[in-house]
Amino acid sequence: MGLIVSVFVKASPDISQAGRKRVLASQDMFDRERMSKRKEHMTKPKNKKKTVNPTLPKAPTGIQGLDHLTGGGLPRGRPTLVCGSAGCGKTLLAMEFIVRGATQHGEPGVFMAFEETSDELAQNVLSLGFDLNDLIKRKKVVVDFVRIERSEIDETGEYDLEGLFVRLGHAIDSIGAKRVVLDTLEALFSGLLNTAILRAELRRLFRWLKDKGVTAVITGERGEGQLTRHGLEEYVSDCVILLDNRVIDQVTTRRLRIVKYRGTTHGTNEYPFLIDENGISVLPITSLGLEHDVSEERISSGVSRLDTMLGGAGYFRGSSVLVTGTAGTGKTSLAAHFARAACGRGEKCLYFAFEESPGQIVRNMRSIGVNLEPWLKKGLLSFHAMRSTMHGLETHLTTFHKMIQEIQPRVIIFDPIDSMVQAGTLKDATSVLTRLIDFLKVHRITALLTNLVSGGKISESSSVDISSLVDTWLFLRDMELNGERNRALYILKSRGMAHSNQVREFLLTDRGIDLQDVYLGPEGVLTGSARQSQESREKTAALVRRQEIDSKQRERKRKREALEARIVALRKEFEAQEEEMDRLIGQEMTRENTSQEDVERMADRRKADAKPDGVPFRVTRR
Amino acid sequence: MTSPVENVPSKETKSGTSDVEVWELRLYVAGQTPKSLTAFSNLKKLCEAHLAGRYKIEVIDLLKQPQLAAGDQIVALPTLVRKLPEPLRKIVGDLSNTERALVGLQLRPAKWGT
Repeated sequence: MGLIVSVFVKASPDISQAGRKRVLASQDMFDRERMSKRKEHMTKPKNKKKTVNPTLPKAPTGIQGLDHLTGGGLPRGRPTLVCGSAGCGKTLLAMEFIVRGATQHGEPGVFMAFEETSDELAQNVLSLGFDLNDLIKRKKVVVDFVRIERSEIDETGEYDLEGLFVRLGHAIDSIGAKRVVLDTLEALFSGLLNTAILRAELRRLFRWLKDKGVTAVITGERGEGQLTRHGLEEYVSDCVILLDNRVIDQVTTRRLRIVKYRGTTHGTNEYPFLIDENGISVLPITSLGLEHDVSEERISSGVSRLDTMLGGAGYFRGSSVLVTGTAGTGKTSLAAHFARAACGRGEKCLYFAFEESPGQIVRNMRSIGVNLEPWLKKGLLSFHAMRSTMHGLETHLTTFHKMIQEIQPRVIIFDPIDSMVQAGTLKDATSVLTRLIDFLKVHRITALLTNLVSGGKISESSSVDISSLVDTWLFLRDMELNGERNRALYILKSRGMAHSNQVREFLLTDRGIDLQDVYLGPEGVLTGSARQSQESREKTAALVRRQEIDSKQRERKRKREALEARIVALRKEFEAQEEEMDRLIGQEMTRENTSQEDVERMADRRKADAKPDGVPFRVTRR
Repeated sequence: MTSPVENVPSKETKSGTSDVEVWELRLYVAGQTPKSLTAFSNLKKLCEAHLAGRYKIEVIDLLKQPQLAAGDQIVALPTLVRKLPEPLRKIVGDLSNTERALVGLQLRPAKWGT
């Protein structure tokens, strides 16, 4: 006994150690996997770059999407011009370049501001989560505010901008800066009058910056007919980024375009970008192919009867489902069921609501027995409610992408998509939704889009023309009959699965959605109370039939019983008769025997020697 | 390197006569370039002509003391800064246009300048 215990004790540390090793190993593997993934991510643009120009090094900006667009960042050791009109985010882009360089890429930076003081800048970017003062304290960033007051300056004779060079050089050397921002150089033109000198000096400045080997961002105000008001693009020839803030139909969209980038390929389109609490994010979202993997996995729609209609298993994972219907037909309810089912499977669900607030949806859905609150609390369900007119369409798309990347949902609901049309034109909305659906398919996110069709035209088309893009299309409609409206659901299409072609009555009960068969009567499809009365009529008829059968069965039983009784009586009668006959036969035989004995006895007495003929001596009883 | 040019009234004169104001001038240059030398000699001439005995010139070489550039917001060189009397004035350039320099230093009303 003691031996065993000691062996066990001896063995146990080994086991635990082995276990720990395994844990460590798995952790290591996890890390390695993550690293390799990151590397992959990092090398992707590099590879692209290598094929184009193996010698052009790039400085990553750290700005979401911009590095992807530029294939790795801004040209290292060269100046880049960022131009745009007032309020389009030039200073912010430049500041993010410096801050992210200092914090994420280990490259200290100098921010030379001509328009705002260091404190103002620090305050402005604090809302984006950048602690500029801390970076300055840690000698990662130098902010030099250059103020040129026209009113206190006079010019006499020859001069140069050596002062600026000295200041910049001093700032760069003091922290070993690799990045420089000049925001906005054009302030010089308003401060100093001799443009001939200025231009010569600017040319010298950019040369000098290149010689210094710093990656520079120069911002410039958009001018009439040219990129910048004072033609800075003339001096900065390596990379020019144009920012734009356009208002179309009272909705603004920020856009970014890389006008030129020498020695590398780059995205040439206008890309919408966002400025939010995480800074700038640019998303190159066009140019998506149709090469996504497809899934065989099926997921429940949240309504079991609907799953049955959809080939018995529900939607395909990663497919897009369009629910169109007139007002009040239960589109949101169907969406809520789908959301609940997703959360029930432990999947994250992201609900974009454009017309109702999250609280309102939760309350309304509770009334039909769908309680979304626990999932909200668990964090599986997240709402994102906004007015569609809040941003432009492209900004919406960018927001969607951002949210999707942040939350990583498996299921997404857009309720309703037609509000997108309000944020732009129909054509734009269709284009945005096409790209959105593509994006979702690539990421294998199952999407449910609801779409309101106006009551007047109950046609089999969605108001936003994406019906050909979606995989499954459910149609909800009102059926008005006998003075009442009832909801009906049918599947217009569902790619890749055998689906029911029947119309179902769509009932909203306090236990959720219920799908019922509809009745086809002489006047057409029967729903609602018409269906109910039809049902009760059928019930009555069935009852009558049953009663008839019952009575027939009873009659048959009765007849059988009567017949059987008669059979018994007859048998009894027969038995009685048989008995009587037996008795008579018995009597006859006794009599016969007695007479025989008498004859024999007589013959004995007479001493007869022969027995009389034909008379048996003995008669055997039967 | 600061190299004050002591062409100032003696302390007693300054303290004795309160109506005499001392002009405190600062010339920013970067090294001994022709431009900075011209500026300095121009300034010298100008001061002797108009401010004899009541000026003080401080020459700051930014190549040696670059950290001083930010204090007076120096961008162009050479720059002459009139620290005193108030208000602060800046004149950029080599001061070759004497008339403009005088106007800039407010030693002569603008209407007198040609």
